[in-house]
Amino acid sequence: MLETNGHPNRLGLVGWLGGGRWGAERYLYTLHRLTGLGLLAYFLLHIVVTSSRALGPAAWQAAMGRVSGPIFVAGEFLVFVAFAFHGLNGIRLVLVELGWAIGKPIEPVYPYRTSVDEQRPLAIAVMVLAGLLIVAGGLDFFVLH
Amino acid sequence: MITAPTDVTFRIRRFDPLTRPQPAWEEHTIPYAPGMTVLDGLRLIKETRQPALAWRSSCRMGVCGSCGMFINGQPRLACNTQITQLDGLPVVVAPLPNFAIIRDLVPDLRPMFDAHVALHPYLIRDDTAEMAEPTGEYYQSPEELEHFLQFTYCIKCGCCMAACPTYATDAAYSGPMPLTQAHRYNADSRDGGFAERKAVLAGEQGPWKCHYAGECSRACPKGVDPARAIQLMKRQLVFAYLRLYAQPCPSKVLPKPTEMKRRPDVPEAPAPTIGT
Amino acid sequence: MRDQALWTWHVLAGLVIAVLLGLHMTIMHLDVIVGVFNPADPHPIEWGNVVARARQGFFLVSYVVLLGAALFHGLYGLRNILFELGLGTGAKKGVSALLTVGGVALFVFGAWAAWAASALARAL
Repeated sequence: MLETNGHPNRLGLVGWLGGGRWGAERYLYTLHRLTGLGLLAYFLLHIVVTSSRALGPAAWQAAMGRVSGPIFVAGEFLVFVAFAFHGLNGIRLVLVELGWAIGKPIEPVYPYRTSVDEQRPLAIAVMVLAGLLIVAGGLDFFVLH
Repeated sequence: MITAPTDVTFRIRRFDPLTRPQPAWEEHTIPYAPGMTVLDGLRLIKETRQPALAWRSSCRMGVCGSCGMFINGQPRLACNTQITQLDGLPVVVAPLPNFAIIRDLVPDLRPMFDAHVALHPYLIRDDTAEMAEPTGEYYQSPEELEHFLQFTYCIKCGCCMAACPTYATDAAYSGPMPLTQAHRYNADSRDGGFAERKAVLAGEQGPWKCHYAGECSRACPKGVDPARAIQLMKRQLVFAYLRLYAQPCPSKVLPKPTEMKRRPDVPEAPAPTIGT
Repeated sequence: MRDQALWTWHVLAGLVIAVLLGLHMTIMHLDVIVGVFNPADPHPIEWGNVVARARQGFFLVSYVVLLGAALFHGLYGLRNILFELGLGTGAKKGVSALLTVGGVALFVFGAWAAWAASALARAL
């Protein structure tokens, strides 16, 4: 890569967060990253906490007792929400990034209908499903238990 | 969309490595004329108010790709942007982001073109003698053309690169334009260079850092849809890795017909009237 | 592994996780609605349910597969995020090595815990 000596002008992390007038898919991309990091952080702790089941019932009850407070329950619900979004958006991304949901190349005629417009119904369907899953999970977390 | 104003204020990001080493905003107000584009406004400012203002432009009709700028928060072509189509005034003009600034509104596009060249954006075939001295045309059906025609409309303006969130933080990413042009050749039935490009695309210079924000396609002024090209490229590369895809042979030369018979309903050409 | 291979496995792991983690979330957090899991107790995390699952080979295998897939998928995602912040070549190598070692270590630990729990459950 040729080194340039002009004044640096990269958007940096602001480019990930969007500028307020970017499209919905850009926000879905940022949210997908945030939920992924949240899920990863929870998961690494989860491996350690649930490993206590190998040491018998007393160790297990102790570990479960430590993570049963209301803050933990709320946190676990957030993990469920993150999973619902990340998983369903991930399925949308698999369909899009392997070329199934984006439509065939066309002769561009203004106003342009891009692949982003083609996959928009799928994005909406995925968000609706995620919403339904979150409601179902919320019922289970806070009402039925 | 705004209603036609009487005067328009331009807020322009100025930078000069010698006289103004820190970029700063500068405002100029000019009378509005119906149909004025951002480029028209810049030219009026340079002619009547600020002769030192620098930018790139050429065709002023959206085919050369020189005037890509960051106008009211979106990467656009200045010649293609009517002032009345913007969301509001003033017209805020900055150089295209994600590229170093050479001066005022002039971005340094060399990294984009370096990445472009590295992906071999040209037909690669074994029959080099035929390519140097053609004896016939390479056969291609209209259906085969449809697979990549959309991606040939790229004018290399750099608006997609400015819109890409990955390119905003990662200078090593190839970017939408180079990847789209690499796919334009991979998808071309006349090309036989998939293996050579795959060797580069399988690594860091490939499409793997694209996560489908789709901003490149939204920003593209020619409807090239780079996001579509990059996902189609990922599909091809993944299927090739899983041994589910093999590149078909590049199309053959269509020899000129040796026996040419005139159809009965087609008249003879008239005799030439110039030359001997 | 080159990025082409890593990304392909990332997607395949994601699909595996969609199925297995979906099942895990259903057992843990949608059990009252679905109604077929957790016979020992209404709460999925009661010891009785844990033992009932640990006794079944299906759960042992699926937990270990889910562990491996989720560790690879998550750590590759983290690697992507870190690399895209514009690291130098040396830093990239370091981050890759760290994530690989950490991931393998956690996998070995988690797989041991799953196996040990299974052995314990069968002995009870």
